[in-house]
Amino acid sequence: MPQATADLFASPCLQFKGSMVPLTTLELLYFDPEKFSQTLQEKIQQAPNLFKNLPLVLSLDKFADDINNLNLLQIRELCAAQELQLVGIRATEPAQIAAAQAAGLAVLQPSRGRQEAPEDDSQSSLQKASEPQTANPQSGAEATEEVEDPPPGNGVAANRVIRTPIRSGQQVYAPGGDLIIMAPVSAGAEILADGNIHVYGPLRGRALAGVRGNTEAMVFCQSLEAELVSIAGQYKISEDLLGNHWKKPSLLKLEDDRLVIREL
Amino acid sequence: MGKTTTSASIATGLAKRGHKTVVIDFDVGLRNLDLIMNCERRVVYDFVNVINGEATLNQALIKDKHTDKLHILPASQTRDKEALTREGVEKVLNELSESFEYIVCDSPAGIEHGALMALYYADEAIVVTNPEVSSVRDSDRILGILQSKSRRAEMGMDPVREHLLLTRYNPERVIKGEMLSVQDVEEILAVPLLGVIPESQAVLTASNQGIPVIHDDLSDAGQAYQDAVARLLGEEREHRFLDVQKKGFFSRVFGGKA
Ligand SMILES: Nc1ncnc2c1ncn2[C@@H]1O[C@H](COP(=O)(O)OP(=O)(O)O)[C@@H](O)[C@H]1O
Ligand SMILES: [Mg+2]
Repeated sequence: MPQATADLFASPCLQFKGSMVPLTTLELLYFDPEKFSQTLQEKIQQAPNLFKNLPLVLSLDKFADDINNLNLLQIRELCAAQELQLVGIRATEPAQIAAAQAAGLAVLQPSRGRQEAPEDDSQSSLQKASEPQTANPQSGAEATEEVEDPPPGNGVAANRVIRTPIRSGQQVYAPGGDLIIMAPVSAGAEILADGNIHVYGPLRGRALAGVRGNTEAMVFCQSLEAELVSIAGQYKISEDLLGNHWKKPSLLKLEDDRLVIREL
Repeated sequence: MGKTTTSASIATGLAKRGHKTVVIDFDVGLRNLDLIMNCERRVVYDFVNVINGEATLNQALIKDKHTDKLHILPASQTRDKEALTREGVEKVLNELSESFEYIVCDSPAGIEHGALMALYYADEAIVVTNPEVSSVRDSDRILGILQSKSRRAEMGMDPVREHLLLTRYNPERVIKGEMLSVQDVEEILAVPLLGVIPESQAVLTASNQGIPVIHDDLSDAGQAYQDAVARLLGEEREHRFLDVQKKGFFSRVFGGKA
């Protein structure tokens, strides 16, 4: 047996590691299979790339309907039919937890003290909360601690600067920092950042800032011609963006949980 | 579109200006290039034969009848597209680059295997676009692929040099709002403009005769291609044929189309 292989088999075959993965949360108020599918499909159509094969957590924090109307297996199938993967639920009610365990879904702790403003009907909510969830196998109090991203070694945020055009079909993501693009972003391109997005050129594609739930994130662009702009899940599509700010230098941010556009 | 028309004229133009040039047809199964170059009856071996080692390059290369320093490597009409392997294409390109100054690769449409093979080894790319939204969007995609999936991108080398060639341009239809203007297209794609080729009857006549339109010194399209070749070689030339041409005496009298 070669030495490397011998070394390999001498070590334990598995080990536990704590890790943090961003998970998108689907917040359910009541369950009606038909409405569920239809709403899901509508949301997905507005940003198909964003949703494809996305792992999802179902949050029951706001579930106000009769627990007997909740069919988790069916919900998992309806999600799967739209290429979304339901991996767990977030709940405290014993009945809900029991239902999740029966359906073979993981149970995560509910988010704490995070306020969600009522939805304004001029905009929709893409990901109510896309904050990092800890997936730590050592269950217990500290396992569910919500930790911020570890700061990079030199204390500088993980910003990403790009000087070439982002073309149709391309996707660029700046995890843990800002995305700065010193060129045009074409229609059909998608740019994402955990922090802010700056585009020194026309923004014609989709821009999603604060994708892990940072509501302070902003989008700056030299010419607003976007297909979609989203901040921490609150988004507007191009028909909502048309108006005074179209093709002008603009800043988009959240105010009272609503996406607003300001002149730059 | 106009990719094959452009490949034939650019390759011919480079050869006419003294550069030893070969033009390769990557459109396996269609074989349009040898029709435009009028050499379809002289094809014995093709690109895939060379890749498969069934023929040598010298057996497959066809010498152009009209232009001294020009050769054509035809596509296979019968093979399946997967016959173009990355290693095979590389081997042929390496061998060609020993004796040719310019290798022009005529890409098939779309972003499938054949197109990816045609662009993978590129040093420079001429992106051919029509003044329509859908065509411009396709070109934008190809530009993205050039800067992410080409060998230069994968190896972290200097990026592929990009040129934009707008063809089938019809100023009258631009004025009527039926086509995008040169400025619109430049603004969307943000790539240096190599040339604007007008929509022209001369192109159809030339391709029916099997003589690349760049040979037609009197035609608008022929002159526009000559300008494009000059720019490719580093010359400065003003863009022409961008505006509606005033009708000359004869066309006014006879109402014909120029
Ligand atoms: N400038 C032009 N004016 C008029 N017709 C053109 C022009 N360029 C191309 N065509 C015509 O358009 C068709 C497609 O051209 P081709 O060069 O074969 O395109 P592709 O290789 O991109 O498919 C052909 O019939 C050709 O004659
Ligand atoms: Mg062709």
